[in-house]
Amino acid sequence: MKNEQGKEQTIIMSGNYAAAWGAKCSRVNVVSAYPITPQTTVVEKLSEFVDKKELDANYIRVESEHSVMAALVGSSMTGARSFSATSGQGLLYMTEMLHWVSSSRLPVVATIASRGIAPPWNIWADYTDILSIRDCGWIIQFASTHQEIFDSILMAYKIAENPEINLPYFIVYGGFIQSHTSKPVRIPSQKIIDDFLPPPPKAGWDHINLNPDNPITHGNLVMPEQEYLDFRFLIQDAMVKSKEKIKKTIQGFNTEFGRDYKGLVELYCCEDADVVVIAYGALAEQNKIAVDQLRAKGQKVGSLKLRYIRPFPTDELLELFNGVVEVIGVVDRGTAFGNPTGGPISTEVMSLLCRARRKVKSLPCIWGIGGRNVTVEDQIGLYEKLLRIKNKNEYPTDETCQHGTVWMGLKIGA
Amino acid sequence: MGKPDNKTAASSGYSSWREIPAVPVSVPCKGSIGATGEWRTFRPVLDAEVCIKCGICYLYCPDGVMIYKEGSIPEINYTYCKGCGICVAVCPKEALKMVREKQ
Repeated sequence: MKNEQGKEQTIIMSGNYAAAWGAKCSRVNVVSAYPITPQTTVVEKLSEFVDKKELDANYIRVESEHSVMAALVGSSMTGARSFSATSGQGLLYMTEMLHWVSSSRLPVVATIASRGIAPPWNIWADYTDILSIRDCGWIIQFASTHQEIFDSILMAYKIAENPEINLPYFIVYGGFIQSHTSKPVRIPSQKIIDDFLPPPPKAGWDHINLNPDNPITHGNLVMPEQEYLDFRFLIQDAMVKSKEKIKKTIQGFNTEFGRDYKGLVELYCCEDADVVVIAYGALAEQNKIAVDQLRAKGQKVGSLKLRYIRPFPTDELLELFNGVVEVIGVVDRGTAFGNPTGGPISTEVMSLLCRARRKVKSLPCIWGIGGRNVTVEDQIGLYEKLLRIKNKNEYPTDETCQHGTVWMGLKIGA
Repeated sequence: MGKPDNKTAASSGYSSWREIPAVPVSVPCKGSIGATGEWRTFRPVLDAEVCIKCGICYLYCPDGVMIYKEGSIPEINYTYCKGCGICVAVCPKEALKMVREKQ
């Protein structure tokens, strides 16, 4: 199983192991993590790599997720490439420190095996965890295949450590559906990876560097008339500017490793589509099958996968809205109670509709919450709803449609 | 991205966001936020007769206002001492006590 300098190898592994392998092949210097279902096997595998000396890293054991991120604030400030992984409640518990990482502009990378938020306890795929912390100043990317989990970690460090970006980076995938299923993952030779992702600068980052020989104070008190506002602007500015760096890094990765990752979004059959479903994560990947089946029957439908939600793919969505699409469905596997739509991403996508030059109709949907199964037939059912809006201007009226949003699978009796 | 520029917190005074470093960082300097001794309600007072010159107050003082060399009686820099009372709490000989500042 040792990944030596030599050839590419293909290993059948779980999504969680793909995350651990991604961190190992990125030659991370520090790992700190606290086990939580369904993320646990990521850190078990990493501790095994460190124990067997297959990964030369410090593994810092702590008593909570809050301390995990606090430990990585310290490690990253010394210029160490730092990694963590968590899920659900663990992510919520580290929320305060997430701001310390992003506002200190530290290029930490963490993977999230998303799960439903308690109570009641739920450990299955549901993105409410990551969506709850979407405004913490971290880049947020969804990985919808096992290979994408592994590859994305290599790209994540490259993007996050870019001196013009210096933002932390989350890679997100669904609990169990992706974390605990096994698929073949291609692990390139370490030499090619090292060429693509060289070690971080030995002298530490330019902008912040903990060094006992040259002591500094960081996170200082900044008075209202000083530059607090301006430092906040720099983070938003870096987020917006990161879009071009992300696209360039993906292109470079595709060339080097023979992959075909798209940019901030992945369009599937959208060029001439009247009806497009916008989704993220594994549900968006599965949506392509529904598109194929409906296209075979002559329906002009398409699918748009949001690969990133931070930074938000504003231009890509406006391009879609300014094209030929007439009706969009937006699928959230997560909740934002009290939002205009009840779903965080549908609210954001629909807020862009007012900036489009054309009128586009829309239907927000909450699907697959707490790991509820979503089949291809269900997804075809959504397209049929959207086609009825397009053809007859008929919006769903059954009880699953509540407050203007479709709650897919809401139990409404016989 | 901007590098730290060794300005102190009290003297930032930038005119444009383009000039500021990526994160606020300051290098050590005396009293970067002013004469914090003015915050004090109680002041620690040392009884040199009782002091055994152990230096524990110097080690624990969070503001570094205990002036101490091994074997010497500590002096307190009242310009910056905020009067937190930690030195009083850790003194093994009760050589320090807190005395209310006069109005």
